[in-house]
Amino acid sequence: MTTLHAVFDKARAEDRAALVGYLPAGFPTKDGAVAAATAMVEAGCDVIEIGLPYSDPLMDGPTIQDAVHRSLTNGTRIADVLRTVEGVAKSGAATLVMTYWNPIDRYGAERFARDLASAGGVGTITPDLTPEESEPWLAASKDAGIDTVFLVAPSSPDERIARVAGCCTGFVYAASLMGVTGARESVSSAAEGLVKRTRANTALPVCVGLGVGNGAQAAEVAAYADGVIVGSAFIRRLLDAPDEKSGLAAVRELASELARGVRR
Amino acid sequence: MTATEGSILTPADLAGNGVHGNDPDIHGKFGIFGGRYVPEALIPALDEVAAEYEKAKTDLAFLREFDHLLRTYAGRPTTLTEVPRFAEHAGGARILLKREDLTHTGAHKINNVLGQALLTKRLGKRRVIAETGAGQHGVATATAAALMGLECVIYMGAVDCERQALNVARMKLLGATVVPVTNGSQTLKDAINEAFRDWVTNVDHTHYLFGTVAGPHPFPEIVRDFARIIGVEARRQVQELTGRLPDAVCAAVGGGSNAIGVFHAFVEDENVRLYGYEAGGRGAETGEHALTLTEGSVGVLHGARTYVLQDEEGQTIESHSISAGLDYPGVGPEHAWLKDTGRATYEGVTDAEAMEAFALLARTEGIIPAIESSHALAGALRLGRELGPDALILVNLSGRGDKDMGTAMKYFNL
Ligand SMILES: Cc1ncc(COP(=O)(O)O)c(C=O)c1O
Repeated sequence: MTTLHAVFDKARAEDRAALVGYLPAGFPTKDGAVAAATAMVEAGCDVIEIGLPYSDPLMDGPTIQDAVHRSLTNGTRIADVLRTVEGVAKSGAATLVMTYWNPIDRYGAERFARDLASAGGVGTITPDLTPEESEPWLAASKDAGIDTVFLVAPSSPDERIARVAGCCTGFVYAASLMGVTGARESVSSAAEGLVKRTRANTALPVCVGLGVGNGAQAAEVAAYADGVIVGSAFIRRLLDAPDEKSGLAAVRELASELARGVRR
Repeated sequence: MTATEGSILTPADLAGNGVHGNDPDIHGKFGIFGGRYVPEALIPALDEVAAEYEKAKTDLAFLREFDHLLRTYAGRPTTLTEVPRFAEHAGGARILLKREDLTHTGAHKINNVLGQALLTKRLGKRRVIAETGAGQHGVATATAAALMGLECVIYMGAVDCERQALNVARMKLLGATVVPVTNGSQTLKDAINEAFRDWVTNVDHTHYLFGTVAGPHPFPEIVRDFARIIGVEARRQVQELTGRLPDAVCAAVGGGSNAIGVFHAFVEDENVRLYGYEAGGRGAETGEHALTLTEGSVGVLHGARTYVLQDEEGQTIESHSISAGLDYPGVGPEHAWLKDTGRATYEGVTDAEAMEAFALLARTEGIIPAIESSHALAGALRLGRELGPDALILVNLSGRGDKDMGTAMKYFNL
């Protein structure tokens, strides 16, 4: 099992940023998600976030909404998410679960943390869990030995960044812009400043997500962040592909392009 | 806190810290319920709204302006109407209706909207967004936006746009942009998701004018306080008319704003029983209902811990109700708390029972109620038969039924 710590150490040794890819479990199919994530790792992703599909993804833009909807229609359950993590972790990437809070709450925090750890998962990203409500999850994650990643945003004042970073282990997720997930024409100019302010409040690596979709953008972000997070752009490749095989090829190609980007 | 001369509102009428026993704590918690489960990007905006509201609620100038609008624009105080011919069907209990249907725009929603529109101006924001189910909150928001010169965008489930087409036209006429939401169940829950997505993108100049007592802190508290005038007036009016307090207060519960609005002034009156009626849809046993408090379980939806219709893995289950305004799988956290503490009782009323009460009030009293409010009327009929002829029951008639004529025409073959 590769830890986040090991990933960032290696990236630092190679003088580059880490590449983090996101895909929801069960999309385009249950096995298809493992195959696509594995292709992403083979082509250069260091970390994979497996999305836990949720009925009310209020932080997500149309692309991820679409993928998540298909996944839920495919009947994806938490057991499938854990199986996906297990499959992807075998590829050698540090594998996280990204999820809204309610599915964990309902499943049971301790049970989820334990089951995720047994599946080879190294942590979670919880975009709607605030520090105020995080206590049960921090305790359960610590017991299970998995990392907790929370988000900071351009609107976050410094004292808030300190508070959020204080809940993080592994890395801090800096949302590059005010808005929902989705690829954008350009990376928000707010991102660099946010990374700077975050670094002033933590020794943890800081990764930037939201709106990154090609090699040039990855290179731009890699110049100031420890990691570059890409989600919607991978999903778009799969949605636009006429069949699974060409979808895999397209995902692999994008991952290579991004991997070159973070090494520029 | 004394009443301002000639005013219908005092700072105490907006509740506030320590004035009433059941305010949420600083994290917006009512017991274990409420709080904030939202993207971090929204925290500063929620803090800003909360801070501005804290200042506004004790600012006499703000209260005077709100009071003035409630009187001269919304048409407050609303009257209390006794309905003896309707009450004959309730075992002879005495039934009094609080007539929120007579407010400008035709539902209780206008109270909260005027308060939050004033707050929007204090926040220096020029654009408001809102979700709407029945369209009443959307119409009220579009109305206040027109009045105050604010840009207005309303998110409404595509299914609701169809069944409340009249309200869509009203919003457009009032100058609002109506965005039909086509994902998920295409009803209120999805409209709320979409409004949050807009808010996180445009938060620097936009206020999310939330329409019910659900959502993240401070919305449950703010919306309650602005709706609280309903119960404050009704409590006084019932006493003036009958010389006593009611035995029971009945209200329909969607997100819970009209119910909290009428309940809150009675919470400390231990002998007044509080009854909330949820949409039973086609019946609890069919699974096609919006019985969040009576059939749901504790979880997190739309930023708050509360009762939720969800499966065993925390996925939201789509609700069903003939009434768009009650068709919601969540509920305000204060109701969750009132339920768990036993202070209020929540029951279901089916589509059929509600439509029967809808027609009955029209025929016996010449009042066409909203289908939402008809759930409270049906509940009062049931309760009256239980409590007997000496009972005095106050019902919040939260809105009028004009918007529901399309549904009624189909249902009754009119
Ligand atoms: C007339 C009327 N009553 C009740 C409701 C339900 O909302 P709440 O439970 O917040 O009062 C609505 C919502 O649209 C409504 O229009």
